[in-house]
Amino acid sequence: MTLVLEAAVLGILTGGVYALMASGLTLIFGVMRIINVGHGALVVLGAYLSFAIWRALNIDPFLTLVITMPVMFGIGLVLEVVFIRPLKTDREALSVLVTYAIALGIEGLLGFFFTSNYVQLRAWYANASFPIGSFHVTYVYVYGFVLCLAILAAIFVMLYRTTFGASIRATMLNRTAAQLIGIDVDRVSAIAFGIGMATAAAGGVVFGITNAFNPGSHYDLISRLLTIIVLGGLGSLRGAIIAALVMLVSEDITSVLISPVWASFVFFVILVLVLLVRPQGLYGVRVRDRL
Amino acid sequence: MSLLQIDNLCKRFGGVVAVDECSLSVEPGSITGLIGPNGSGKTTVFNLVTGFIPKDKGTVTFKSQLIDRMGPDRIYALGIGRTFQLARIFPRLTALENMLVPVRRKGLRALFSGAGWSSEKARAMEMLEFLEISHVAGKLGGALSYGQRKLLELGAVMMAEPDLVLLDEPAGGVNPALLDRISAHIRKLNARGITFLIVEHNMGFVMNLCTDVIVLHRGRPIASGKPDVVRADPAVLDAYLGA
Amino acid sequence: MRNLPRLRLIQGAGVVAVFAVALAVPALAPDPATTNIAVFTMMYIGLATAWNIMGGYTGYISLGHAGFFGFGAYALGLLLTHLKIAGGYEPFLLVPVAGLLTAVLALGIGWFALRTRAATFVIVTIAFMFMLQLLAENLVGLTGGGAGLSFPSPTWSGDFFNTPYYYAMFLLAAVGLGASWLIRNSKFGLGLLAIRDDEDKALAVGVPTGAFKLTAFVISATLVGMIGGVYGYYVTYIYPQFVVDPLIGISMVLMVFLGGLGTLSGPVLGALILEPSQLWLAYNYGASKLYLVFYAAVFLIVILLLPRGIIPSALELLERWRTRSGPAAPAPAAPSTPSTPVKAVTP
Repeated sequence: MTLVLEAAVLGILTGGVYALMASGLTLIFGVMRIINVGHGALVVLGAYLSFAIWRALNIDPFLTLVITMPVMFGIGLVLEVVFIRPLKTDREALSVLVTYAIALGIEGLLGFFFTSNYVQLRAWYANASFPIGSFHVTYVYVYGFVLCLAILAAIFVMLYRTTFGASIRATMLNRTAAQLIGIDVDRVSAIAFGIGMATAAAGGVVFGITNAFNPGSHYDLISRLLTIIVLGGLGSLRGAIIAALVMLVSEDITSVLISPVWASFVFFVILVLVLLVRPQGLYGVRVRDRL
Repeated sequence: MSLLQIDNLCKRFGGVVAVDECSLSVEPGSITGLIGPNGSGKTTVFNLVTGFIPKDKGTVTFKSQLIDRMGPDRIYALGIGRTFQLARIFPRLTALENMLVPVRRKGLRALFSGAGWSSEKARAMEMLEFLEISHVAGKLGGALSYGQRKLLELGAVMMAEPDLVLLDEPAGGVNPALLDRISAHIRKLNARGITFLIVEHNMGFVMNLCTDVIVLHRGRPIASGKPDVVRADPAVLDAYLGA
Repeated sequence: MRNLPRLRLIQGAGVVAVFAVALAVPALAPDPATTNIAVFTMMYIGLATAWNIMGGYTGYISLGHAGFFGFGAYALGLLLTHLKIAGGYEPFLLVPVAGLLTAVLALGIGWFALRTRAATFVIVTIAFMFMLQLLAENLVGLTGGGAGLSFPSPTWSGDFFNTPYYYAMFLLAAVGLGASWLIRNSKFGLGLLAIRDDEDKALAVGVPTGAFKLTAFVISATLVGMIGGVYGYYVTYIYPQFVVDPLIGISMVLMVFLGGLGTLSGPVLGALILEPSQLWLAYNYGASKLYLVFYAAVFLIVILLLPRGIIPSALELLERWRTRSGPAAPAPAAPSTPSTPVKAVTP
């Protein structure tokens, strides 16, 4: 029983980083109506950027975010303007291809500079843990979780308390209507994409600390992230967070109760079960064209 | 024996009651107008009848058959066609192809044979000529003007020879000359035996064309009958001016 | 349109010529390196054409078709192992059985996936692909897991080795093209195109969208599964991550987009251009990871410069050139029509 409990706690802690990454992904979909299948690669990019800085400066990995978040934000702006904004027709389908190409390009570049060897970010306190009841919780996981919570909170505050956040929500609800009331949807899109990238940077650090990774890690990552946002309902932040927690907790519990091999399979089983009942996901909206 | 019978139909969207214990009937051979202030539930009734949204309560009967749980394609096959508020046609198909899509065929082999048999194409061209747009038969739907699209939409719906046609604001965005033509086409089709239920805001159009009128307000009918009678009904005036 | 009969004749002659050349390839260029490229190119012609039947005609983009490809390979491999079929020409006879099994799988996955629309559909297909990959890796007793699955060795070898596989791929590609052409000109195909343009409107005019979409999906998946089977036999040893490979799934999609979504010859053209290039890139730069960067660059250039694909863009240019130099043509079909003139048009 304690094993299950420990798995659940671990699931929540690691769920935090997936919640953060998935939030970025679903935000991008909600605002720009594109599926960024390169999100996994961007997280890995963030992880490698942090890795490079950490190796060079020998600082606490979390501190690398001070550099990587703004840098990734900037890269995001550039990517959006150069590769995504020009797409006019068939936007949803083409954006998948474009973002996949970006992912491949990133994988190639990372492979070239860092080789395919697995690496991992390490904090000097990596193995320190504190006890809760009869099991131990590693500090890094907690810090990572707190970081993700903080960033998510910041995003919510931005969305619901600032004017810019209101324009993001307006664009998500109805792009045309938002344009009609004077919102510069292109600018909102670019910044939303940048925010998504910044969350990828943060996610990258936490992911990089808790997992060994290499340039090819983005496949597994994006398949999980996509499953999470579909489960949560495309475009819903709340959905993404809850779905991430559900998925990770189930996965860790399955890993303990059945076997680690089938753990990732549970992801998809849950998705199938939910979609059978609610094809739009937990918090998604059933889309019917203008009737 | 009404062609279309709606009994106690209810539909809410979250906290908003769109259709509230609505009961009405459409007589065969009539051109019935469905009018009412904005938000009175007219288009929702259309969507409920044609199977695009599920009802909460109530029944919809067409030719003595319950249709309220069927999908839009089955309802069309049974004989109810509809047009949309903003004329919808298939932009990447030609006008003629637009006319061929609704044509019904029997059997699996027929499904995989050519897209338009000569008899079907002849019928389509005939309808296009009737609507005076046969000259654009080869043009892509997306290249047509709005007026042409409206006429095409009407023509395409006719291709499966429906018994009842629901028109959603046929006069919307249409200039007076075209409006007269549309009225004339509807009358001629009605003379061929097709019943119409028309949602419309243009009072002149409705009063001129319709044989019967039903007024909806806040999701339920508040008056029905001949156009002059309804026009003079104080409850109706109240609904439009008050609300 | 006075030019129509002559245009048709030229088109017809063109098709026959291409067909004849394709048939003669192993004789024209018998060295194994070239025939290897030919096998893969023909494979992708088939894959792209098959994918187009779903993605191009209905507009539902499946990014999980690699799952069907891998499933077909495993299906054939397992059939051959359990029925103890030796190498030779018999395995080819079992390819349709692998196809049938893939059809059943597609029926299940399709029924489920098609309850969703557009963006969700894309992701659900990706999810199913990864599920299949996981199953292939973890059902070790069945598939051999990470150790892979072997196919029987064929009875021929040497320089001739590639040739039967080439013709098998050719046959499948021909079947695919035939099916695609038949569908395109049928009432079923018209319904699919209507779904692509406006699914709710299609419902409103009586198109049984659910049944139509599922049928297109199953046809598409079956073809892909059969091609996967032949591929498995060709490479004689398959591993989960190389046969249920997202790159294969994405390549076929890119080829269709490059050539022209929804057209008949677009997928063929796309495959003819991209597959040899892909093989060349992999050969010369595969070791360093930069090969991926080049591939990505090609990708991005294609999509950003030719969003509608080569064939539609070329047709548009042709149309503009024609209507500018010739006498005012009577409302001709505008650019985005596919390369085969739709028979229903009588302007």
